Amino acid sequence: MIPFNFIYYRPDSLKEAVDIFAELQSGGKGAVYYAGGSETITMCRVGSIQPQAVIDIKNIPDCALLVKDIQMLHLGSVCTLTQIHNSGLFPLLGLSCGRIADHTNQCRITLGGNLSGTIIYRETSLPLLISDAEITLFGPEGERILPFKNVFNGRMQFKPGELIVQVGVPVWALSARHAHIKKTANEKIDYPLVSLAAIWKDGNIRIAFSGVCSYPFRSEQIEAVLNDRTKSCAERAENAAGLLPESAYSDGEGTGEYRLFVLKNTLEELLEDWDNALL
Amino acid sequence: MLCYEGKVVIKLRINGETHEVTVRPSDLLLDVLREQLGLTGAKPGCLNGDCGSCTVVADGWPIKSCLMLAVEAEGHDILTVEGLGGIAPIQTAFVDMDAFQCGYCTSGFLMVCHALKTQNPVMPEESVIEDWLQSNLCRCTSYQEIRRAVRTMYKTPD
Repeated sequence: MIPFNFIYYRPDSLKEAVDIFAELQSGGKGAVYYAGGSETITMCRVGSIQPQAVIDIKNIPDCALLVKDIQMLHLGSVCTLTQIHNSGLFPLLGLSCGRIADHTNQCRITLGGNLSGTIIYRETSLPLLISDAEITLFGPEGERILPFKNVFNGRMQFKPGELIVQVGVPVWALSARHAHIKKTANEKIDYPLVSLAAIWKDGNIRIAFSGVCSYPFRSEQIEAVLNDRTKSCAERAENAAGLLPESAYSDGEGTGEYRLFVLKNTLEELLEDWDNALL
Repeated sequence: MLCYEGKVVIKLRINGETHEVTVRPSDLLLDVLREQLGLTGAKPGCLNGDCGSCTVVADGWPIKSCLMLAVEAEGHDILTVEGLGGIAPIQTAFVDMDAFQCGYCTSGFLMVCHALKTQNPVMPEESVIEDWLQSNLCRCTSYQEIRRAVRTMYKTPD
């Protein structure tokens, strides 16, 4: 049970959504955009947030696109992880989606919700960070289309009142050689100790990580080390692990030291598969 | 734009019947099913989307009713364990395979398994079955029996 009331809006267009958000804000009423709802409902139930209104964006057609044209795959922000996985249109993202939470929750969690949620792992960001993806945002000042990496530095950088409309992935990335590895401490559906997505472009690896630090990241320094094939797999993995953007993340699932150990092993295995042409 | 404030009357299509219920926009589907419609098959467990005991089926897909607002269910076909009528292949299979002990998680498991068959009419690979079943917890640990019940369900003609 959510122990307080809120107003529920279900707009039919982006303009309606941002207008009502702005109107509520100017009237001193806190509002949240709402799609899959799993995080919002949980936070409302335990009292972490107490919005006076929720704006359900699932009825906005622009946010529900899942279509490929000759240049790009367009993924609406309210597409569920199951829809993305089952579409098979971007296999690497599908692999990430298939390992977030559990299957039933994947039927509700949306792409936009995973990217902008408060849970630190945001694993759908990994394939987007390495595939030259772009993102469309809509807010009171209108539409912004930007490289995904420019508005995601571990978490989404929104302007006030903005929401994610969709993500665009260039077609080269949809069929590129790729790898996805997620290692957990216990159950398959746990949060990651190490989660990585890799894609190969022009013979070089691009790679992004979650679980290793307190936010997901892509590091071109790490990629340069991993692409130096004059060195052994073990050396490259060791050197890469020394280039994290912050100390390795520690919590009840695993200490930073343990995560580093898992990261090095995972990278070494990945590089060996690459060197042995198993990928 | 639809707007609900205060107490509102909505129509929900549950188990093939349309019901009018009076809800607050912040009411959860689980609570409305149990407290207003007397459909107590969906069980409150963790209330956090982890245990799966509250699972129902919406438009053929499993959802955790503790993580869905009742107002969101408008316009969707909701199926609860009561809608299986006691005669669905998965229910028979659970009985035949002794796939429960205390039974608290059973309705959630039944709904996940029923949705699995709806979405995969032909028995999928074991990895798919495992992925679907990982959405639910059984603290009596009847997991092996439940897995056998799923295989039995697929061998039973509809």
